[in-house]
Amino acid sequence: MTLAPPPHATNWEHFSHVADVGVRGFGRTPAEAFIQTALATVAVMADPAQVEPREAVTLSAQAPDLELLLAEWLNALIYEMATRKMLFSRFAVVIEDNRLMATAWGEPVDRARHELGTEVKGATLTALRVAEEQPGRWVAQCVVDV
Amino acid sequence: MDPGRFERISGYEWRVEPVGTMRVPAVIYADEDLIRDMDDKVFEQVVNVAALPGIVGASYAMPDAHWGYGFPIGGVAAFDPDQGGVVSAGGVGFDISCGVRALTTGLPKAEILKAQRDLADALFRHIPAGLGSTGAIRLDAAEMDAMLAGGATWALARGWGEARDLERIEEHGCMKGAEPDAVSEKAKKRQKDEMGTLGSGNHYLEVQEIAEVFDPVAAEAYGLRAGEIVVSIHCGSRGLGHQIGTEYLREMAEAAARHGIRLPDRELACAPIDSDVGRRYLGAMRAAINCALANRQIIGHLTREVFAQFFPKTRLELLFDVSHNTCKIEEHEVGGKKRRLFVHRKGATRAFGPGHAELPEALRPIGQPVLIGGSMGTGSYVLAGTRESETRAYSSSCHGAGRRMSRHQALKSWRGRYVVDDLAARGILIRSPSMRGIAEEAPGAYKDVGQVVEAAERAGLSRKVVYLKPLICVKG
Repeated sequence: MTLAPPPHATNWEHFSHVADVGVRGFGRTPAEAFIQTALATVAVMADPAQVEPREAVTLSAQAPDLELLLAEWLNALIYEMATRKMLFSRFAVVIEDNRLMATAWGEPVDRARHELGTEVKGATLTALRVAEEQPGRWVAQCVVDV
Repeated sequence: MDPGRFERISGYEWRVEPVGTMRVPAVIYADEDLIRDMDDKVFEQVVNVAALPGIVGASYAMPDAHWGYGFPIGGVAAFDPDQGGVVSAGGVGFDISCGVRALTTGLPKAEILKAQRDLADALFRHIPAGLGSTGAIRLDAAEMDAMLAGGATWALARGWGEARDLERIEEHGCMKGAEPDAVSEKAKKRQKDEMGTLGSGNHYLEVQEIAEVFDPVAAEAYGLRAGEIVVSIHCGSRGLGHQIGTEYLREMAEAAARHGIRLPDRELACAPIDSDVGRRYLGAMRAAINCALANRQIIGHLTREVFAQFFPKTRLELLFDVSHNTCKIEEHEVGGKKRRLFVHRKGATRAFGPGHAELPEALRPIGQPVLIGGSMGTGSYVLAGTRESETRAYSSSCHGAGRRMSRHQALKSWRGRYVVDDLAARGILIRSPSMRGIAEEAPGAYKDVGQVVEAAERAGLSRKVVYLKPLICVKG
């Protein structure tokens, strides 16, 4: 087993959308903000604190710009969780020139232990935004379809 | 949103004449209260859709419209390929062909009440539901392609269902023009073990009592009698449809600029119907429609298996199977001329009126059944398509109540256990793998479905036939 990184400090939130859910993460770099947005996405389906980092999955994404890269990153994660029937709770992310490489740690869905919410179908371009709001504070957000 | 932003045509029709880049008017069918409850984004989105190339007539929103991505949910728009018309992945949605099928049982309510608890448990055991669930069916590559090309006819050939079901399914169970090759390997992989599963969120299987009859003639023609039991199944194309939506949304976002389409909003991603990506999307989307039709056909069969254990003499007859998220080629009369249009319905139901050639003979005098989904406690409706609806919104109607509260807010407002106990006290048994899911889907998180249906009727989109009250709900 790959050694998982320590737990992430929580720096994400859900924002209001009547039918679906807005996911928003903050960080000092785009990569940190992307990790937090990923945690916000997992949190739609289960409490990340209940998800053990037992297995590692590597994935990558690329896009013409950082905003589309966020959608690609979340969609790559959603795909891995859907096909592996897994949930993730830890992430290592590197972003270079709108290319992203990542490792995600998690475990198979366990109905007895995970308090499950609704499945995320995909990340949309709605309210899609990746920006440095103030020096050293990045925000990454979009609405995910549930 | 402020009703003052519209010109009020009648108590149930609100209009925005074309301004700026709008090519056609935008029209919302709703009463004043429903308009006030809608998000401002619905206005923005219905107006933005009116600016897309090749749009014909108007950009419409149904009474249950709410903020979607690109198109509003509850949005209807038709495009002409000969006038540069577009097809939009966002105009169909992620859960392609998500819809409802309803089966009549002829059983009186008393029979269900005798077995209610055991029947609820058996349905929950037999029909996979919830996040991460898988079905017993595994498809290899050849079977996957056969399913995507064949829809419910494929399922029937494999032993799921009865031949007479097909005429009660839109497209007679098989959407023509599906292109399994236009569906990515990733989308197919996502579906490999998800056939015959309900999914999560607002998807469900409900055992319902016909609690009120509004139109006895139509009800009789539909086989719906007061006090008898109906089973409704709400689900869609599962992972395959979601992945197709994801991939083509991204591809169209890039293609639009290449085709010189100026998008008022990036999420309105679309491409000309007559373009490579447009054609591939249509082929993939039709394959996803078939996936949804096959999925509901299998779940219908599983439901029959459970009922056969409890009520061996009872036959479950398919009333109808409708889709809520599609783009279909249809002929509609515009300005006295028949035109072949690509009609997008996102969170809206096709609602063909009486006499339509597409309808099976038994339903033709009445019009198409329009199945309106409920939410555990709020009940559902069966409506009938009207002739007027053709001129109102290309024969379309609403699809459900629509949420009035976010999942986040619902979670803060209710506990799942409380919702289950409260509904049990009202005679409704809920079975679900997720207490949190139940809280998110609490009936109070939805708008009043009765008000939505009333507005759809008053606007001439469809008319009320019966009201269905839930007795058992298996919730994903």
